[in-house]
Amino acid sequence: MLALQILIDGFAISALYALGATGFTLIFGVSGVLNLSHGAIMVLAAVAAWAAASLLHVNTYAGALIGVAAALVAAFATYFAVVQPIQKSTRIPNEEKEIFVLTGTLLWGIMIQELIAYFFTNNAKTVLPIVEGVVDILGVRTPQNEIFTALVCCLVIGLLWLMVNRTRTGKAVLAASMNPRGVTLLGLELTSIYVVVWAIYGILAGIAGVLLGMFLGVSSYSVGPLTASAFSIVVLGGLGSVSGSLIAAFVVGYLETLTAYLISPAYRTIPALLLLVIVMYIRPQGLLGRR
Amino acid sequence: MSVADFFKSRLFWIALGIVIIASTLPLYVSGYILGLLTVAYYFGVFAMAWDLLFGFAGEVNFGPTFLIGVGAYTAGILNNQYGWSVYLCIFLGAMASVVAGFVLALPALRVRGPYFGLTTLVAVLMLQNFIVVFADLTGGEIGLTIPDVITIDAGANYWIALGFMTISAAILYGLSQSPLVLQASGQDPVQAGALGFNIVKHKLAAFVVSAFFSGLSGALLVFYFGTASVGTVVDVAVGVQVIVAAVLGGRRTVLGAALGAIFLIVAGEFLRPTGELATFIVSTVALLVILFFPNGFLGAALSREARS
Repeated sequence: MLALQILIDGFAISALYALGATGFTLIFGVSGVLNLSHGAIMVLAAVAAWAAASLLHVNTYAGALIGVAAALVAAFATYFAVVQPIQKSTRIPNEEKEIFVLTGTLLWGIMIQELIAYFFTNNAKTVLPIVEGVVDILGVRTPQNEIFTALVCCLVIGLLWLMVNRTRTGKAVLAASMNPRGVTLLGLELTSIYVVVWAIYGILAGIAGVLLGMFLGVSSYSVGPLTASAFSIVVLGGLGSVSGSLIAAFVVGYLETLTAYLISPAYRTIPALLLLVIVMYIRPQGLLGRR
Repeated sequence: MSVADFFKSRLFWIALGIVIIASTLPLYVSGYILGLLTVAYYFGVFAMAWDLLFGFAGEVNFGPTFLIGVGAYTAGILNNQYGWSVYLCIFLGAMASVVAGFVLALPALRVRGPYFGLTTLVAVLMLQNFIVVFADLTGGEIGLTIPDVITIDAGANYWIALGFMTISAAILYGLSQSPLVLQASGQDPVQAGALGFNIVKHKLAAFVVSAFFSGLSGALLVFYFGTASVGTVVDVAVGVQVIVAAVLGGRRTVLGAALGAIFLIVAGEFLRPTGELATFIVSTVALLVILFFPNGFLGAALSREARS
């Protein structure tokens, strides 16, 4: 009974983590950028969906769509206003661009977070779920919203896999992550590939944010923990490895759920962090990462 | 630049002038401003210690608050639990930070680039979690009450902070200038190693020095506040502020980091009437400086001087 409960809840959380971390790791894999405004973009999506539904009174589907669109706009803004100027700057030495991108995106994330707090307060917001009600799975009462969340996450990740492996654009993205110079030699514009990747990232982060808003609710305080959890999942799986971060998302999701149910919800994040530290010492490139 | 040259340089005289003017402030400004600057000076040391590690050992430490927090909480807990004297607690806090610096240095000697940055960030999250879990000892989310303070006189506290920052600045700046080895090992470890320098030794030294000053400053800060809390000395946001201060003031300049920290703290206070927008404005300014003046305040000034 409890085991099944853990299995179901853990799956939903893990799927959500996986979706949130996928876009993050994709950007790193293709352009070497660690986007520390990730949590802020996810929260922005959820808050936009919430605001559309509760202030503009649109229906839940339109609200969700507005949320994803907001994340997409924010992702483009992150790329064009923060990341690209730093990468193209001639005054920043190349070996220091990394720290500038990290600091820049972090500040950008704080700006988004503060604006959300200013206009919509720090209160937690729960987006109205698209599906409501409860079903009984072998004696475990499960909200339909939870099943919906897990299904959408799996579907979106599946679509991403198809896109990367089966379409021309996707293959270009994949190629860019393997060898950026080789891609330019083939006559593809690297910048346009980056734009595609940021668009994918925006949509993924947006969907993850809206689902999170429906499933657990968000507030501007969730920004830091969200970035941190995406970060640790991606490190655990190996920076830039999408399949690695999928595995890591499930490891972290289930570890957290197990701890919350069996020990105490207060200790929820500790085992995952411990695991992360151990992995960093033994295998710093992560589970499936390349060095 | 040799030490003798430094005493003849313009930078030295400017710095000396600023310190002398700053030391007279308690004679004519209010306690409120003194309190603000006291905190700003301790922050200045955080930022300088970070800059030493970044600029001169080439390691991006995303968790300066790990070192700061370990020092601050060790000192606070010893005072709270055993009632040991303030100075002993501060000293032991700094020593605990040095140990923490060693722990942090271990992965840094093995991995490079973003991986080290991630380890440091995880270290902060771990520390934060442990503080919350062992709430009996640490005061948890509410914070740790510290029974003793160094002094309650605003002027004396101000002078202690100013003196501490000045001495730290002199030592850290001196270290960053005299052995070029640190710079070399930061910028090109392979070549520096080929020239026969022991990179591991110098990097460890940089970690230890950075940790010592971070911890000392953290311990002094909590004895000034009379309380230690996650929000003031451990939170990732505090660490971000330290990094932003160093980059804003001019990385690899050490002294610029202190300028950046004082600017951030004072600007944040001046913007307090704007309410919740204060942090937004400070972050926006910091982002614009990073995008358009990547060398920071002091970096821009120094390069202008070099050109003329």
